[in-house]
Amino acid sequence: MTFDTIIFYFFAAFAVVSAIVMITRRSAVHSAVFLITTLLATAGIFLQLEAEFLFVVQIILYVGGIMVLFLFVIMLVNLDVAVRQIQFSRQAWVGAVLAIALGAQVLMAFRLGSGAFNLPAASTRAMQPNAEQIGAALFQRYMLPFEIASILLLVAMIGAVVMAKRKI
Amino acid sequence: MLTPSHYLYLSLALFTIGVIGVLTRRNVIIILMSIELILNAVNINLVAFSRLWGSVDGQVFAIFIITDAAAEAAVGLGIIIAFFRNRETVLADEMDLLKW
Repeated sequence: MTFDTIIFYFFAAFAVVSAIVMITRRSAVHSAVFLITTLLATAGIFLQLEAEFLFVVQIILYVGGIMVLFLFVIMLVNLDVAVRQIQFSRQAWVGAVLAIALGAQVLMAFRLGSGAFNLPAASTRAMQPNAEQIGAALFQRYMLPFEIASILLLVAMIGAVVMAKRKI
Repeated sequence: MLTPSHYLYLSLALFTIGVIGVLTRRNVIIILMSIELILNAVNINLVAFSRLWGSVDGQVFAIFIITDAAAEAAVGLGIIIAFFRNRETVLADEMDLLKW
């Protein structure tokens, strides 16, 4: 086992275990904390894949931005009541069975198709310097999607402000 | 030796856990968090294939997905706050204003 493999399995196990814990916790705050550990483990996977820029973006944006937003909303809505109620919906077992069936189908597709994928061997072409290359791609080839994403963020910001206003 | 299928299986596991979370939980905030988990699973795939092909295009797409996740979280949480103010609940099966 190389160092690379050990790092991958460590972060993968970390991510999967904390994801399972996340969807089973009663309190939403605990769920949020375990989602943060999952996102951090995913950031580790990104680093192992030599995507350093995305590793930093994941930590700053997801853990530092989105999850703080989630925790704020959890504090705003009254969760003392929600904790004492039943946590799973009435048809939860149907949903779980369907989700596992979906996962098993995709797994079977991977198994059957793994020979036919005919993937090339992992490229050794360096993607360094990573941040510079992503910046060049964003501002040259993906200029239009980049601008559309900024409009999307503007619309989402206006939408969030309108939704959270006391009087609409 | 790590192959792309390792990352595919990891991504599949996280995706399935996220779908289970969306379909079984009643708390809307936890459902939104499960959606974040699903988007994150997709990102692992994109970055793994970006490494495989030796091109940053996949990582650029992952950045766009993170942008979408941020927008979705902001709007979704705004809706939750607006709904909580009207109905005093965060449970998905009590949100039945349009049902008759």
